[in-house]
Amino acid sequence: MNWLRRSGSEPLWKEEFSVRTADERYVTRRQLTKFLVLTSFGMFVGNLWILVRSMLSKAPSYPQESVARLNEIPVGGVKLFTYPTKDDHCILVRMSENEHVSYSQKCTHLSCTVYYSQENNWLECPCHKGVFSIADGSVLQGPPSRSLPKIILESRGDELVAVDIKTS
Amino acid sequence: MTMPANVDLPPKTRGLTAIAGAMSLIAVLLIVQIWLLSAALESFLAGKHHTALPAAIFSGLMFLICFGLYLFVDRVDADVRHSDEDR
Repeated sequence: MNWLRRSGSEPLWKEEFSVRTADERYVTRRQLTKFLVLTSFGMFVGNLWILVRSMLSKAPSYPQESVARLNEIPVGGVKLFTYPTKDDHCILVRMSENEHVSYSQKCTHLSCTVYYSQENNWLECPCHKGVFSIADGSVLQGPPSRSLPKIILESRGDELVAVDIKTS
Repeated sequence: MTMPANVDLPPKTRGLTAIAGAMSLIAVLLIVQIWLLSAALESFLAGKHHTALPAAIFSGLMFLICFGLYLFVDRVDADVRHSDEDR
């Protein structure tokens, strides 16, 4: 069909696909801007969701459960139990003759199971070497940014009873 | 040293510069929003609920600024297209 075209005009492909590169880039930038603004809206919705959850959440009430007998574990010893549900694993450590501490066993970083390191006297997460203080569950080193939830214990008679969970 | 005046630049170039500037601002605001969301979530999971309201307010403000910049980009884009058609 070359004889139908004017001489000196643009090549056939340019005439049939007459989209300018600059125009194409222009639209792409506008689309990217729209996508960024939609992402921004998503972030805002996420913050609103947190706000709604914060407003709706009530202070949880925990059951009172006997978790161990007072002399059941030796000084420096450990007992594992579940509280408040069967899926929430906790660790109980006897620090001295009259002192017991208990924490959730779920690491606040990525939910690995923490264990008691007797030689260092701290709680340790084997996954990413997060270390928590045995005294209050605060983070001593590693990637976790929050303390371990502490199980509040009361001694009643010769029994240790879990009564509450304290976060941070 | 004086900055060269950009009044001689063609409208398309000026439009592209304005859009690039607006996009950079949106990107910066988005990074701040991502940080704000992660901080608010971390705080919420730690049981501190008082940070949720200010975080939501600031996030909303940043979204409004982003939306305003998007409208600006849209308007500049339309103006440049019209000026191209007029020429």
